[in-house]
Amino acid sequence: MAQYDRKTIEELIDGTIDFYKLKEMLSNFKDTDRFDKYISILQERVPWDDPILLPAGLHLYIVLKPDGKRVVKCDCGHEFCEASDNWKLHALIHVRDTEEKMVELYPKLLAPDPEWQVIREYYCPNCASQLEVEAVTPWYPILKDFEPDIDAFYNEWLKRPIPQVK
Amino acid sequence: MTITEKTIQSQKNIGWHGKTLKQMRKEIDEISRETGHYAGLKTLPLKESYPIRYEKIFSKLRGGVVHARETAKRVAASPIVEQEGELCFTLYTPEGDSIVTSTGIIIHVGTMGAAIKYMIKNDYEENPGIEDGDIFCNNDCQIGNVHPCDVHTIVPIFYEGELIGWVGGVTHVIDVGATAPGSMTVGPVSRYDDGYQVACRKIGKNDTLLKDWLIESQRSVRTTKYWLLDERTRVAGCHMIRDLVLDIVKEEGVDTYKQFIREVIEDGRRGFVNQVKTLLIPGKYRQVSFVDVPYKNLDVPPYARVNTIMHAPTELTVHKDGKFQIDFEGVNRWGWHSYNATPVSITSGIWVMMSQTLIPNDRVNDGAYYASQFDLPYGSWLNPDDIRTAHSYAWHFLVSAWSPLWRALSRNYFARGYLEEVNAGNANTSNWLQGGGYNQFNENHAVNSFESAAEGVGASAVRDGINHAAAIWNPEGDMGDMEIWELAEPLLYLGRSIKPNTAGYGKYRGGSGYETLRMVYGAKDWTMFFMGNGYMSSDCGLMGGYPAASGYRFEAHGTNLKERIEKRLPIPTGGDSDPDNPEYDTLMEAKEIIRDKQSITTETIFENYDLYLNYLRGGPGFGDPLERKPKMIEDDLNEGLLLPRYAESVYGAVVSKNEKGKYIVDEKATEKRRKKIRKERLKRGVPVKEWMEQERQKILNKEAAVQVRHMYAGSFALSEKFANEFKQFWNLPTEWHLSEDELGVPTFGAKINHQKKTG
Ligand SMILES: [Zn+2]
Repeated sequence: MAQYDRKTIEELIDGTIDFYKLKEMLSNFKDTDRFDKYISILQERVPWDDPILLPAGLHLYIVLKPDGKRVVKCDCGHEFCEASDNWKLHALIHVRDTEEKMVELYPKLLAPDPEWQVIREYYCPNCASQLEVEAVTPWYPILKDFEPDIDAFYNEWLKRPIPQVK
Repeated sequence: MTITEKTIQSQKNIGWHGKTLKQMRKEIDEISRETGHYAGLKTLPLKESYPIRYEKIFSKLRGGVVHARETAKRVAASPIVEQEGELCFTLYTPEGDSIVTSTGIIIHVGTMGAAIKYMIKNDYEENPGIEDGDIFCNNDCQIGNVHPCDVHTIVPIFYEGELIGWVGGVTHVIDVGATAPGSMTVGPVSRYDDGYQVACRKIGKNDTLLKDWLIESQRSVRTTKYWLLDERTRVAGCHMIRDLVLDIVKEEGVDTYKQFIREVIEDGRRGFVNQVKTLLIPGKYRQVSFVDVPYKNLDVPPYARVNTIMHAPTELTVHKDGKFQIDFEGVNRWGWHSYNATPVSITSGIWVMMSQTLIPNDRVNDGAYYASQFDLPYGSWLNPDDIRTAHSYAWHFLVSAWSPLWRALSRNYFARGYLEEVNAGNANTSNWLQGGGYNQFNENHAVNSFESAAEGVGASAVRDGINHAAAIWNPEGDMGDMEIWELAEPLLYLGRSIKPNTAGYGKYRGGSGYETLRMVYGAKDWTMFFMGNGYMSSDCGLMGGYPAASGYRFEAHGTNLKERIEKRLPIPTGGDSDPDNPEYDTLMEAKEIIRDKQSITTETIFENYDLYLNYLRGGPGFGDPLERKPKMIEDDLNEGLLLPRYAESVYGAVVSKNEKGKYIVDEKATEKRRKKIRKERLKRGVPVKEWMEQERQKILNKEAAVQVRHMYAGSFALSEKFANEFKQFWNLPTEWHLSEDELGVPTFGAKINHQKKTG
């Protein structure tokens, strides 16, 4: 089984990993301790102490609060909602639904036609990171795209208890 | 005397232990379902007792099918097969379950299996009979195919009078005699326009193709020479693999071979479950994609002249026991166009995709199928309730319907730290340059450019997507050599270059697409058409990245290029790099220059010296573009991947040019501008719940283009669940409904309607 040191995983997160190392990583069987190394690096990097249960996006984490609640939190510290809810419903949105707003992104002929498709940008209300983009028809319901069963993941797959509040 | 009759009966049967194939099929299904293990194999005695022998048999078979593909493709003359490798060979059990497959268009692992199962179900053992030396052919979509141009050759393998398996070979042929030339033509709106359809027919005996078949088939397609050589390719490959299997049987004994083919499928099932548990997380993952079908102004029958959108919502459930389920509830109705799919094409296609991500190994067989479940609503574009449906370019939406599944998997990989596996999605694998007429050699000819086998790849969480590199349907994609295409098509290259701004933007961008400018030369009675997404992007970015650019078409007719070339004046070359500021138009005169979002057209006449732009799409991006490293933006600019004004508006880069004309991105100034852009985002961003109120009003007023309403109405009609969830999300009154009848467009073929019309 493959194993990588902490530095390699950090390089992976930072996108500075050497191409051949990356290629090897893709071709090899997976390293079983990846999740632990990954979480510990992410935990060290965020400016807050709530234990990370699972990363939920490029800047988003499902964390455990002292009262036992599971909350979706941005690395800037902004807390969106409980993990059972859809964080997108608590974000800021900018919808590109006119040609004028589309051509800021693409030459006119390369842009979707807003009669057919709009582009929705979701921002963190605190740090203004663009956390998700959707390309959907008008009227499309906002999907809850990520709904992990954290309990089953820890208890039955990782075979260990879920992290507790310290 | 019943015993004697029974004995005579069983002697006639070709299955194992005197059974019929139908009996064998039934038994395998029952025992696999009851035990949860393929063929009821709770243990793998051969693999466990003789692991090296087991691996040796596997390697011989796998090596053999790959070798057969490589050798057989040299027989073909068609560049689609010979250059692009659009062929594949697969070995099956007597019941039609796949054991091992070659490289290539491996979607057909499933489709040829479906064809074999169809023959079994329809008692081919009795009539027309299945004998040693027989050759069968199928390309009927509703029996087991993606689109008619993928033609199957299927050969039974006998050992001492008993059927021990099947081998199937498939090639993508250039033409199947459809409404218009080319293998995946625009124009068919029903099965009867879709071309020559062969429904599991016996076409050969004693290893020889029957003369009536040879005559009829060649009189039914436009490109007879390619058709014939493609068929010889398939037959040659099948026979090589049959010989290989018989050699292995001779060496290992038939009982060992029989045990092996059972175990290898159960092994495949276990391997898949193991991969799911290694890389994914139990839970539910939802995503959606769309593609435009702009038929309102096309030259098709009146009932097909409808603008609509194909809709593919998916919910992936990863079960605690490792079972993998994809539910397509909410997909909309099939339509009068050639982009319909069949259940076997969508499920097999998903395995093609999985072989590039979740199960990236050579153990692709029906084992994975036994570990998964697909819910494919009846009456929809992926499971039509009507024999009349056309399928010639099923890929138009198949490739788009899978793109969101990358996002579902990638969210899992991302959460588990396997960032190297993250992929924002796959490109829409268009445009398809197709057409035909008399070519430069004065032959009746059709063309189907496979430059589309090299589209931009999606971005990962670690690096940019690869430029003009791959197509989801053929993991070994290749754009082909220009010199070869110029032999195959009366179309000279005036340019082949990366197309700027086609990659989805992001912290890591998607792979860029490219474009080739073709001038018609040496043709007669020539037509061509365009086939791709135009008004919509069929993918989407991931975690803050943007979708790839959508499509458009460029064509020019009645040009003065002949005179300009004679006078040695400059002519358009290279790409249509900035379609907002076109350059071609300044280098020629033409009766008609078209630049339009309508990227699907029917046959248009092209004279010599007319121009056609073939634009191949980019891949979607990953992460917020404001996090892209300035150095990477600089490279994009200097390599012609990005127009400078978008480096500023999308990436927030402050750009200048140095004395050598190279672009420089000022890091400090860029950081400042990005801070400003973040402030602008906070200013223009609206709390989602406020925005939802505005959008709700639009829905109450039914304010949306007819194609959007048509899409929803088609989904509501097929799924009460989708309709209810929609109404619930937008908090609509119970009496609100939207039906196809109220849209003022033809509703031919619409049957199922679950929507209650009360209220
Ligand atoms: Zn934030």
